[in-house]
Formats: sequence, C-alpha cells, structure tokens
Amino acid sequence: MAILDKHKILETNASLLLIFSFLVVTIGGIVQIAPLFWLENTIEKVEGMRPYTPLELAGREIYIREGCYTCHSQMIRPMRDEVERYGHYSLAAESMYDHPFQWGSKRTGPDLARVGGRYSDEWHVDHMRSPQSVVPESIMPKYGFLEETRIDGKYIQDVMTSHSMVGVPYSEEMLAQAQADFRAQADPDSDYDGLLERYGDKVNVRNFDGQPGISEADAIIAYLQMLGTLVDFSTFTPDASR
Amino acid sequence: MSDNTSEKKNEHGHGTTGHSWDGIEEWDNPMPRWWVWTFYLTIIWGIGYVIAYPAWPLINGATAGVLGWSTRADVAAEIQAVEEANAPINAKLESVDLNAIVGDAELNTYAVSAGGAVFRTWCAQCHGSGAAGAKGYPNLLDDDWLWGGDMEAIHHTVAHGIRNEESDDARYSEMPAFGRDELLTEEEVDQVTNYVMSLSGEANDASQVEAGSVLYADNCASCHMEDGTGDREQGAPNLADAIWLYGGDYEDIKHTVTYSRYGVMPPWNTRLTEAQIRAVTAYVHQLGGGE
Repeated sequence: MAILDKHKILETNASLLLIFSFLVVTIGGIVQIAPLFWLENTIEKVEGMRPYTPLELAGREIYIREGCYTCHSQMIRPMRDEVERYGHYSLAAESMYDHPFQWGSKRTGPDLARVGGRYSDEWHVDHMRSPQSVVPESIMPKYGFLEETRIDGKYIQDVMTSHSMVGVPYSEEMLAQAQADFRAQADPDSDYDGLLERYGDKVNVRNFDGQPGISEADAIIAYLQMLGTLVDFSTFTPDASR
Repeated sequence: MSDNTSEKKNEHGHGTTGHSWDGIEEWDNPMPRWWVWTFYLTIIWGIGYVIAYPAWPLINGATAGVLGWSTRADVAAEIQAVEEANAPINAKLESVDLNAIVGDAELNTYAVSAGGAVFRTWCAQCHGSGAAGAKGYPNLLDDDWLWGGDMEAIHHTVAHGIRNEESDDARYSEMPAFGRDELLTEEEVDQVTNYVMSLSGEANDASQVEAGSVLYADNCASCHMEDGTGDREQGAPNLADAIWLYGGDYEDIKHTVTYSRYGVMPPWNTRLTEAQIRAVTAYVHQLGGGE
C-alpha cells in the first residue's frame, strides 16, 4: 500500500521519526488532559474553601519538606470503607489551593485528608514527639525536633506570593499582613481580629504546641487541624453524575 | 539498509519482510492467531465500554454512558444498602433509654460490636486499641472516671467532648497553673506535691506534708475535695486512689501543680450518628468500669 511505503521515510530518518512520535504523543495528551481545563464540572463549586493562612502554609511546607506524603495520602476515595473510616470522600475543590496537591499514592500511615479536629493539639504534640507513646503499633518516625525548631515566618510572604502567581487568590492585604497573621494565629492572647477578617471565623487560633513562641510544631499542627474541615458538608449535595 | 525483495520462503511458506541490514533478514511470520483474535476482541470490548460507561470528554462534561454508572452513585448506593439493613436496629438503639440497652440482649450485642468498630476507628488513637489509654489519655478499663462512668455520663462525654472549641456543651473545667501563674511559690508547690502524694500513700517528704495540707485546703479542696476524692461535676480527678492520668512520680505531680493540665477531647456528634455514639457508649461501658 502506498501509505506503508511512505512509512519507510520515517523509518529511515531518525529526526523525522522523533518529530512524528512527538506529534502522536501530543495528540494523546491533548485528548486526555486538555478537556479538564474547560470541563465545567472538573472542580465543582463548594462553599467554605479559602487559601491557607500563613501559619498553615508554613506547616504545609514542613509537611512537604519532611516527606509526609510518602506515607500519608490526602485523598479519600469514593468507597464505602474509606468513607466510613475517614469521612466524606474528597472533592477536587478541596485541593484547589494546593500547589502541589498532596493526594499521595501510598498509605503506610492513614489518610490525612480529614484529620483536622479529629485529635487534640496535645495529642499531636505527643504523637510527633513519640508516635509510639499514643499508638504503640505505629512505625512512624519521631518528629520531636519540630517543637524545638523556632520559626519566625520571615519568608512566608514570599511563599504566599509564589502561590498567588499560580492562582491562589491571596489579596494584597493578606500578603502585606502575612507575618502579622503568622504570629497572631499561634497566640490566643494576640489581636487576631484581622486574621479572622481575612481568612474567616473558623480559623483556629491557639497555642498549638502549648509552649511559648512559634515552633515548626505550631505550624504543622495548625495545618493538620484544618485539613478537610473547610467545606460544610451539611450544605453540600454531591452531583451524582460523576 | 538495502531494498532487495527476497524470494526466499521458510518451511511455513512465508517470505521475508524485505528488510535487509548488512545481509541480515527477517521472516515475515504472521502473529499467532490467538493473539490476533484477542487483539480484535479488546477493540470490540473497548467500543462497548465507551458506549456503556462514561468515556469521552465533551464541552460540559464527559459522555455519561448508557448504563448511567458513576462512582459517586455507586458508593452512595452501597452506603444506603448498609444503612437500610441496619435501620430498624439503629432506630431502636436511638430511641430506647440508654440504661435499657444492656437489658436487651439482641440490642446490646449489636451495640457492643458496632461500638467496638467505632472505637477502633475513632477512639483507639488516644485511648489505645485495648482502651487502656496512655499518659495523658484516660484508661477506660478501670473504675476511675473523671466525668462519670454511667451510660448518661459516657454518652455526654462522647457526644460533646471535653474542653474543645467546637461544642457548646463540651465538658469544661480548668485547673489554675499554680506555679506558672505564681499563685504558689515553688516551695509551696513542693509542699502541696508532698501532701498530694501522701493522700494515696506514696513515698513523700513527711516534713512538708503538714504545710502542704494547709495549702491544699485553701487552694485545692474546693475541686478535689477535702479528702482528695475529687469531683466529677468539674472533672477534678480523685487524688487518693493512686491512679494517675499524667503520671504519679514526684516530678509529674509537681509539673501538674505548676503548669496545670488541659486535656482536650473532640466532640463526636459532628462526625458520628447518634446510633454510633450510643453504640460506642455501650462498648465503653461494658469494658469493665461501667457504673
């Protein structure tokens, strides 16, 4: 056949073969990926989502730095066993301000998508210090150094700025007040009205690690304690056609 | 690569592909028939799948497929099936008097096993998979209860939690940090600590006990009672029974007097159904310490 004869041109020319292979892969990619950017139901509209506060974002950076995602997923799949154990299955909208998302792909430890509010702050401190003190069968390493490492949020505004460059709607005011909000959230005696005004009344303002000053433990516990708590599922009706 | 078409045939009667690299040629044997047919079948199956299930992305969403299948509908149906199967007994569990559960053999068996599943999923991380607790997290197997160990009290604690910000009905009390907030000097803290240790007959410095008893009467007895047996209304622990939530060493008790303790338990009525809360109440109650 004529077209098969033409194929010989590709087979005998390496550069041309490379170009045409790339074209074929591109078509496959466009078909699979491109529609997601336009499909209206990729990310459904839900109420309650907000960007991370500066302290939570710092906690998230620590979560990524320590590689928590290698053992913990943040993706409750729509299956009965997972819903019964972890709560409502995850929605795409719940990771819309995650860059990069922390869905993970392996559960050595449990899923953390809705760990917020499930344990007390003190439990998290004890558990970071020595996971086996509260869960004897756990194989999680100790992260006691987090509570000994002070942080001041010096660069948190830069982190927020880079997040806003990829689409997280941080306002000018949020960026300008980043360090003040960072400090206010870990100190219940501070003036945190501005923080609540910018990020909503549901923001947890506590001394998360129970010790004076702001440590990495404050940040990561602030992050863990808000995971999966933003969307109000009493007002959310899942669209079944997905 | 030369382009000479070979006239050679192998023993199956197939020629070569016509490709020749430095004189090396390749037989043009056909694919095994079973493989070819499997390949055609996967194509047919693929077409069927695209028609039956969600597949092609369009402008407003993917094609739904004639079967109308979706992951969400699937999991919703699965959950509903289990809920419907358990609906009669859950309704009964929710409506009976809490204290009547134990008397109804069928209901009690259901409540205790369902409650055990709830406990292992939601409670074991703090109270331990065997409910023996850990330092700072109460043992639920013994007879020592901070806020009461009858069905009503356990039910309230599970539903609303302790010292949390989410539930308005959470159990609440706060011990002063006598040392940190300078209500007592360090010397006085030492005296009270020795007195508290004497209440349960633990080793103590007898020379400090008398001064400690005066300080105890002034500062501690209003919650922990004169005799140290505590007050469940305020979640004030019994100090005379040698059971220590935060450790019974001298240093542990001194730390408690100096800095206070503030154990928090989340409310579970936001995550669990009333039937689940009642089930786990029944489970905890029968562990050994229920009143």
